[in-house]
Amino acid sequence: MAGLYDLTLAETRAALAKGDVSPTELASAYINAVEAARPLNAFITETPEIAMDMAKAAEARLARGEGGAMEGIPIGVKDLFCTKGVPSTAGSHILDGFVPTYESTVTAKLFAAGAVMLGKCNMDEFAMGSANMTSYYGPVENPWRSAAASNKKLVPGGSSGGSASAVAAHAVLAATGTDTGGSIRQPAAFTGIVGLKPTYGRCSRWGVVAFASSLDQAGPMTRTVRDAAIMLGAMAGHDPKDSTSVNRPVPDYEAAIGGDLRNLRIGVPREYRVEGMPAEIDDLWRQGIAWLKDAGARIVDISLPHTKYALPTYYIVAPAEASSNLARYDGVRYGLRVDGATLQEMYENTRAEGFGAEVRRRVMIGTYVLSAGYYDAYYLQAQKVRTRIAEDFHKAWESVDAILTPTAPSAAFAQGEKMDDPIAMYLNDVFTVPASLAGLPAISVPAGLSKDGLPLGLHVIGRPFDEETVLQVGQALEDAAAFDAKPGFLAG
Amino acid sequence: MPIDKATVAKIARLARIRVPEAEQERLAGELSNILGWVEQLAEVDTADVRPMTSVVDAVPPMRPDEVTDGGRRDEILANSPNVARGFFTVPKVVE
Repeated sequence: MAGLYDLTLAETRAALAKGDVSPTELASAYINAVEAARPLNAFITETPEIAMDMAKAAEARLARGEGGAMEGIPIGVKDLFCTKGVPSTAGSHILDGFVPTYESTVTAKLFAAGAVMLGKCNMDEFAMGSANMTSYYGPVENPWRSAAASNKKLVPGGSSGGSASAVAAHAVLAATGTDTGGSIRQPAAFTGIVGLKPTYGRCSRWGVVAFASSLDQAGPMTRTVRDAAIMLGAMAGHDPKDSTSVNRPVPDYEAAIGGDLRNLRIGVPREYRVEGMPAEIDDLWRQGIAWLKDAGARIVDISLPHTKYALPTYYIVAPAEASSNLARYDGVRYGLRVDGATLQEMYENTRAEGFGAEVRRRVMIGTYVLSAGYYDAYYLQAQKVRTRIAEDFHKAWESVDAILTPTAPSAAFAQGEKMDDPIAMYLNDVFTVPASLAGLPAISVPAGLSKDGLPLGLHVIGRPFDEETVLQVGQALEDAAAFDAKPGFLAG
Repeated sequence: MPIDKATVAKIARLARIRVPEAEQERLAGELSNILGWVEQLAEVDTADVRPMTSVVDAVPPMRPDEVTDGGRRDEILANSPNVARGFFTVPKVVE
């Protein structure tokens, strides 16, 4: 079928329903695309046999009229999700040889809805990174190139960089991501796709390798806002195996999109106009404000006074939780083991060799801020500031229904940049971290190109469990931006 | 507060990560930079603020204290790098 790779998830679903293409034809086409995308290093494990088996099952279900919401749709799965019988690495050497004997709840739900897995997507090690440079399996390349320096390989953002590159290059129709401080939204912005981080508790974390448990949340990475709505519906829902997953009905997200914004008030937080922000980011933000105004929304200037403390708060809370979560990698129960003369030496050798530099750094920061004598000054104070940050948003919801900001302070940068300065790397997440700390849903929508021809994203934050408004505003931005630029490299 | 080499060695031991002495100086610098940067949180007035323990307004669910899963010894051992007679193994800790 001509133009198959150009169809969105929603359009492909329609083509499958009409019989213009069968799930097995679609799967073979996308298996070829995954192979063609190999120069990007977007996958750690390709699963073509599994994809064909799943496609055959989807074909049978569609023939019986029993197709689910994602029936026959080929997707990539971030390698942070445990998949039964398929290696799950979290991008780390320390999970060498780990093959889960169980399926994560989110992937189980997607497969129950008919999704077809093409492979496991590359990512920053343990989801710690904003450039996909920390994976044990090597960096992921962004399919976009800058017009100013077209010989330079660019980063896709991180940590869900493999998922983002795969979606942007048409190697998959959609992919799962996870977001702890921006790991879905920032790579989505860098690669010109849509990324949605749901409310904390909306999707089950069971079977997702833990980084910072009070922040981690799974979400969809897709080509369009409608596609994100469809996929979120298949991922979300209560799971008794995750005590932080919330027991409330999953709405029809697709039904929420469309319509004008006449009854909506959109907040524009003055603290997000940060020093040194490139003019093109500020211009895009102003453009976004104008688009939402045109769509009927009322624009309200708001203040989120503790914004500047969000990143330092995050870099205490997330490493603290990571140091605790990553204590399980001890060379005993799974993964890599490096021998030592004593038990203590075996632990220390295994963890020194198994963890990369950024993971070691964060585990040590986390260990320090939780250690006796420092807990109150660092960790407890950060948890109090986190309350302040959440209160800022809580207060904002008295006067607005959603908040518009840029997604990231720059377009994608070259591989190797910012690698010698952790804090410069952390600043990538300056606009995404506050919503993470407050547990709020947020979406990144591609909205324009930088002067060098690279995609830029706009970011919409919503009230807890109001993914519907986030999607509705996201759709309005998508409609107004009419972003149809494509990366220089397409796999399909 | 800047971190010195001795503190790096202490944290490394607590975190069970071997850090060769040659790397301690560099790590001390990196960790000091990050901690110096997060120290700005001290300027936020947090008197009477409760530390966040749960980001969503939800009551932790209760369930009956019943066994709902189990009998998976072989699955649990399947990924271990070293197993003997149905047990995980570690270097000898008792002579």
